[in-house]
Amino acid sequence: MNSDFALVVPEILMAAGAMLLLMVGAYGGEERQRNLITWASAGLMALVAAIVATRGGAEATAFGGAFVDDGFARFTKVLILTSSALMLVIGKEYLERRGILRFEYPILIVLATLGMMMMVSSGGLIALYMGLELQSLSLYVVAAFNRDSARSTEAGLKYFVLGALSSGMLLYGASLVYGYSGSTSFSAIAEVIADDGVSLGLTFGLVFICAGLAFKISAVPFHMWTPDVYEGAPTPVTAFFATAPKVAAGALFARALYDGFGNAVADWQQILVFISIASMFLGSIAAIGQSNLKRLLAYSSIGHMGFALVGLAAGTQAGAESLLTYLVIYVIMNIGTFAFILSMERDGKPVVQISDLAGLAETRPAQALALGVLMFSLAGIPPMVGFFAKFFVFKAAVDAGLAPLAVAGAVASVIGAYYYLNIVRVMYLSQAERPLEIRTNLIGQGALGLSALVMAAGWLPIFDGFGLPEMAAAAAQSLLR
Amino acid sequence: MSNLLSMITFVPLGGALALVLLLRGDDAATALNAKRLALFVTLFTFALSLGVLSGFDPSAPGFQFVEEGAWIAGLTYKMGVDGLSLPFVMLTTFFFPLTILASWQVEHRVKEYMVAFLVLESLIIGVFTSLDLVLFYLFFEGGLIPMFLIIGIWGGKERIYAAFKFFLYTLLGSLLMLVAMIYMYFDAQTTDITRLLAHQFDFGTIELMGWQIVGGAQTLMWLAFFASFAVKMPMWPVHTWLPDAHVQAPTAGSVILAAILLKMGGYGFLRFSLPMFPVASEIMQDFVFVLSVIAIIYTSLVALMQDDIKKLIAYSSVAHMGFVTMGIFAANQQGIDGAMFQMISHGFISGALFLCVGVIYDRMHTREIAAYGGLANRMPIYATVMMLFTMGNVGLPGTSGFVGEFLTMAGTFQVSTWAAFGAATGVILSAAYALWLYRRVVFGDLIKQSLQTISDMDRRETIVLAPLVFFTILLGVYPSLAIDLFSPAVESLLEGVRTAQSAADAIQLALK
Repeated sequence: MNSDFALVVPEILMAAGAMLLLMVGAYGGEERQRNLITWASAGLMALVAAIVATRGGAEATAFGGAFVDDGFARFTKVLILTSSALMLVIGKEYLERRGILRFEYPILIVLATLGMMMMVSSGGLIALYMGLELQSLSLYVVAAFNRDSARSTEAGLKYFVLGALSSGMLLYGASLVYGYSGSTSFSAIAEVIADDGVSLGLTFGLVFICAGLAFKISAVPFHMWTPDVYEGAPTPVTAFFATAPKVAAGALFARALYDGFGNAVADWQQILVFISIASMFLGSIAAIGQSNLKRLLAYSSIGHMGFALVGLAAGTQAGAESLLTYLVIYVIMNIGTFAFILSMERDGKPVVQISDLAGLAETRPAQALALGVLMFSLAGIPPMVGFFAKFFVFKAAVDAGLAPLAVAGAVASVIGAYYYLNIVRVMYLSQAERPLEIRTNLIGQGALGLSALVMAAGWLPIFDGFGLPEMAAAAAQSLLR
Repeated sequence: MSNLLSMITFVPLGGALALVLLLRGDDAATALNAKRLALFVTLFTFALSLGVLSGFDPSAPGFQFVEEGAWIAGLTYKMGVDGLSLPFVMLTTFFFPLTILASWQVEHRVKEYMVAFLVLESLIIGVFTSLDLVLFYLFFEGGLIPMFLIIGIWGGKERIYAAFKFFLYTLLGSLLMLVAMIYMYFDAQTTDITRLLAHQFDFGTIELMGWQIVGGAQTLMWLAFFASFAVKMPMWPVHTWLPDAHVQAPTAGSVILAAILLKMGGYGFLRFSLPMFPVASEIMQDFVFVLSVIAIIYTSLVALMQDDIKKLIAYSSVAHMGFVTMGIFAANQQGIDGAMFQMISHGFISGALFLCVGVIYDRMHTREIAAYGGLANRMPIYATVMMLFTMGNVGLPGTSGFVGEFLTMAGTFQVSTWAAFGAATGVILSAAYALWLYRRVVFGDLIKQSLQTISDMDRRETIVLAPLVFFTILLGVYPSLAIDLFSPAVESLLEGVRTAQSAADAIQLALK
């Protein structure tokens, strides 16, 4: 029992920290404390990230196999924690200026992050559901965080209703799987499948679980909530949605399918092939008509999740590895992009229209260059690092005999390139009537500059990929073993 | 120096970085400094490439100046040149200082302009020096970004349409190539081009969705590569981006596009399609001949009807590239020698023609043929220079244009009489449109009011065009200078192709 608790120290720290900060907030008087709580939350997550990162050791399970601690979980946890902490810090000033930085916000982010940590460490369907719900409930609230804005409230409600539906589907699938396999633990399910094959009930359960998870990762045809929630939620919240939860959902997808249904690749591969193709194309095509940057990035995230799922669809170690690499690169690009969007202002009000970017190259050449690099990287044009993300998933797909999927991905990324290019066009090739104001601080500027720099120069041999390929490979290996 | 090629490739990029970091402000002094620095960097790169040329031994087989090292995620970083790629490296480093000089009058965002050109130079050189599939693809695609910006920011009225068309056309072709490249990697377990050249890809007939595919995987990969290179080249019917891009691009952009970027397609065919998929190349030979002959005749006819000077030259480029594809897939010594020579010579001649257009465009700000006439009266030097390049474009003996056309037709004639016949018709048509253009612009009476005060070429323009005049004539009267450089490489390439094709024939016979 003791060793069980030793294994979940990071999670306990997060939970205890969140409680403590809640007390501080509740009794300390909000005005004075919210700064402290924001920084403390970010610090807490950074600290836990450091603890997780330095923990080594082989795969270990706790609480009867419900909690798994392996390289894969550690890798994704570090990514989730650092991106949550960064997004909290980058978005802080924006919320403060709009007067909506309440002390609950950072605490909710910490709780959501804790849920994500549970998700990626889950060893069975119960733990999976617990983590997922902790994350989702926190996210519903932060989506509606700007209480005085109808759009934000609408976003929160929409997200909640659809999210509850998807949770229901997931639960239904989980109960079917439990019924037909006699266990909720992934390893036991895998054994049943290895022994007796996939029964009809299990297939049904699997389909429902995939549907529920596809909703969380906002893959087509379960993507409808994404654009509205992205648009309605306060921008720092959107920025948060675009990073850590995507990583967690992607990793959870991999965890459930590889750990629980690793012996039934043929059964879920077709589902994933379909949703990844549908997501890639919908994300690319629907984004073309958007004029709102946040909506555009919502469709872009749908498309990107489609690409990430190409790696998962491969069902191999290379596939898991490419998925992780994709998620890391995707998160870095989004941090930079949202750091920029958070700084866009006109007459003291935030603006998020693409047309607002007109003539940015003249007035703010440095920012325009950085955003341009990020756009080319999101489009996957070499030599930007975003290309390598796509390259590795295509490679994994072709390796697994899914060459048509890679071809579809190639076509979708040409279509997608159009709207990223369009942003570059607006910045570089149009004239502004009134220049955009950029209100940013050192952190926002640093995030934008650094992520653009990594995207533009990360491929140079001297950086050796920052060790990312090796780490992703090790993490993927621990998932498959 | 063992890493000379890497230096040549990355020095311009370093120059671009220096420009971004060191130069501040946008006054005239900064602009002048940007131009000077860019000129210096490109000249320095040219000097370095001369070092490669002097150390290069054409008779030695295989790649020289090879560098190899680990890259990210199990990929390799490998560079090297052989007789097929070195001429293009030289062409690139030679042309960039000239284009910088030709852009001396750019006033709009000079610093960014120079940065874009320097980045472009790095990426283009990388295409010709990389010996790894992924590295090649990286440079090949990366070049789209600066070119997109060059057309989009410094182009003409319809620049945005042209920039998007250019970008998306080439991107689609390239991504199909990427998928084929990934497949090649799994078939051969390597992305090293030298080892891929030695690998035999499967060519057994396969069935795909009810279709019998002769040549199997080789044919499919050949088609994927073709999608990319045919667009770059450009071949009929995927050439339509080129006239738009040329017309809208600034003079220097057009020069780089015509002189160097188009050559990537031909280089790609020679480096990948022909040697790696020899069986498919044989199967597809007639297909390529048909497209090439259509390109030569059809685009020549289209060129006749143009009233925009740049568009006319753009269509003539498509026609001339038709000779190149025809020569390459004739797959014999004369054909490929001719194709290589035609590409180099077309680099000089079309680059020069676009510079010539730039000279009068800078004065009159129009490219309408009808706006000119009788320039010979006030611009005698210009008329002479323009005449030389028009003759080169026609393929007059004594200019470099003749050698390439003649060799490709001689090579094709051995394989297909009809293709050579069709191509020869195109030569006549090229004389028609080129001479007619020259007559309308340069000859006649100088009656237009606006042209009364036009001045002849100044010293800068003369300096830019002089080396091109020199090389057009030199290569025309002494073609061995270039042919000796790449001929041995072509020979060894053909040897490999023939061995593979006869091995395939033997297997087919045995199966029967």
